[in-house]
Amino acid sequence: MASDRSKLAFWLLMAPLLIWLVTLIILPHIGMFLVSLREKVGVREYETSFANYAVFFNEPLYWNTFARTAYMSIAATALTLLIGFPIAYYIAKLTRGRAKTTLFLMCLIPFWVSELVRTFGWMILLRETGVFSNLLQYLGLVDGPVEMLYNDAAIMTGLVYTSMLFMVVPLVTTLDSLDDSLIEAGYDLGASGFAILREIVIPHAMPGIVSGCIVVFMLSLGNYLTPILLGGKDSLWFTGLIYSQFITRFNWELGSAFGFLLLGLSSLIVFVGLKLSRQSLGKTMART
Amino acid sequence: MSETPDLECRAISKNFDDFKAVKDVSFSVPQGTFFSILGPSGCGKTTLLRMIAGFQKPSGGDLLIKGKSMLDVPPNKRPVSMVFQHLALFPMMNIGANVGFGLRQRGVNKTDVKQQVERVLERVGLGGVAERPVSSLSGGQKQRVAIARCMVLEPDVLLLDEPLGALDLKLREHMKIELKQLQSEFNTTFVYITHDQSEALVMSDQIAVMNHGVFEQLGTAKELYYEPATSFVAGFVGEANRFAATVESADSGAVQMVTAEGKALRGVEAGRGLSHGDKVDVFVRPEAIRLSRSAADLAQLGNTSEGKVENILFNGANSQLILRDLTTGAEMSMALPQTGEFRDLAQGDVIAFGWEPQQTRVYRAGGAHGL
Ligand SMILES: Nc1ncnc2c1ncn2[C@@H]1O[C@H](COP(=O)(O)OP(=O)(O)OP(=O)(O)O)[C@@H](O)[C@H]1O
Ligand SMILES: [Mg+2]
Repeated sequence: MASDRSKLAFWLLMAPLLIWLVTLIILPHIGMFLVSLREKVGVREYETSFANYAVFFNEPLYWNTFARTAYMSIAATALTLLIGFPIAYYIAKLTRGRAKTTLFLMCLIPFWVSELVRTFGWMILLRETGVFSNLLQYLGLVDGPVEMLYNDAAIMTGLVYTSMLFMVVPLVTTLDSLDDSLIEAGYDLGASGFAILREIVIPHAMPGIVSGCIVVFMLSLGNYLTPILLGGKDSLWFTGLIYSQFITRFNWELGSAFGFLLLGLSSLIVFVGLKLSRQSLGKTMART
Repeated sequence: MSETPDLECRAISKNFDDFKAVKDVSFSVPQGTFFSILGPSGCGKTTLLRMIAGFQKPSGGDLLIKGKSMLDVPPNKRPVSMVFQHLALFPMMNIGANVGFGLRQRGVNKTDVKQQVERVLERVGLGGVAERPVSSLSGGQKQRVAIARCMVLEPDVLLLDEPLGALDLKLREHMKIELKQLQSEFNTTFVYITHDQSEALVMSDQIAVMNHGVFEQLGTAKELYYEPATSFVAGFVGEANRFAATVESADSGAVQMVTAEGKALRGVEAGRGLSHGDKVDVFVRPEAIRLSRSAADLAQLGNTSEGKVENILFNGANSQLILRDLTTGAEMSMALPQTGEFRDLAQGDVIAFGWEPQQTRVYRAGGAHGL
């Protein structure tokens, strides 16, 4: 009787999660998968085949775009980690009390405005008639207006900026849990600052680094607005390709196949990354 | 002494803003000494130790190790090692890597590191555990690994910050003896801080009693126990019954006093300079008090009284008797001899007790008090 009731409570509590998983994630994906397997042979005539997937591998533009998206995302992840780690270390280890809270909030502030507004902010700064261009001209460093938008550096800037919080938060959490006396013990035993970073701080922060990297990589890979707005029409971002198949070309079959390829390939990259850093997903999630 | 001491502090002090945590402390520790700093919580022990280790910069004074000033030497270059209160073993490394950490930082080659680690682990009685993770050890074993991790570097001075604080009572008793053994085996200078007097008394060659940032007294365990220099030391080291009294007369060390309730007491002055009317604190050790069923037996003792038994704390040879003095109303604690004579003593009985004036130490009142 009691166990029946606790079972009921368990399922009731699980229900929202299950409904969310099934209706918003599993069902659409099943639908998309079925759509991606349809090959258009005539008007309203379809056959089941992997033809849509074959298109991806036979057309260099598509997989080149994918490869470019992947390595840009990896670069953005690495850059976010490089910038985020010192920030997180500073917040977690070198500040106390109010200063800590304030700094943490400052990392959060950009997320109070929508991604669209944030990206437009960058456009105002970087465009030909924008703030930076005018400033450089005013200082006499350049003769005419400079266009800083619509290149890879602009995309990279936008991606790093957008994902910074998702790197800093897990890093601060793990670094916070690092006992200061471990660092002091390291110094006491004769280690240099670099040796302590390499042998004590980074191994301790590894779960935070891994989970931050996974989130930032996935967000960058799946980002649509930033590459399109800052990189322009020719940004060649894979999500842009999917968008144009669905919306511009009305080719839902190919779009779905691309969507699935993105899912599969990004999972593969994360898997390889975990193997290379000798971390497991379970361990990472449990520690952060 | 002609030999340069391993560690010497000269008027070292530390201020946090306008709070003086350590005030002009001077001492020197000869090679091979087990030196303890004993004091209540917050008296500045850790601050002093962290200055020696180099984690905190002294506000004034000088610090010398083997005769060389350490003020401008960063912690990773000082010939001292520290055992932290919570040990601070690195959980991301196995035991061997923990112990070998310092050697690797010095650039010792891998095979030598391995050999030395194995040797030092054997010396602390933990041979063959190098490959195991830190978490697989018991509290006492972790303690030994933490000491091994420092000793493998052969430091001139080993600093220990209440290393037994985290252990349970039984293990603590055991580790006390073991630490002392390790120290004499390695023949390294230990500077050990603790707030537990029995740890300090059992292990140390020299003890400094610290209070409010200053050393109240420096001496051997026996000196501290039998000749406490200040009322703080008398109250902090060992058990003591304590009264407040006023001086009637003082003559070359012998003092006649009277308590607020009008009871006359006789004792000896720890310093000199008391005179009629001075307020004093009087300390008597529980084991100095003699018991008898008839007051006449104790007549030759300088101080006698009668009390009603309030409590008997039976603990074999360490049994204790708590009395309420009938004249002053003060609570007195004393050792209860287990000779059988007082076996049938019961709560509510009235019994005579007394003690010698030589066992009664008198200090000018108004000093700071711990406990
Ligand atoms: N960084 C600091 N800033 C300000 N005050 C401090 C700082 N570190 C210590 N203090 C103060 O200095 C005093 C001595 O501290 P310390 O840690 O040396 O005490 P302790 O004798 O080791 O005590 P315990 O036995 O509790 O460890 C305390 O009153 C403490 O509040
Ligand atoms: Mg302390």
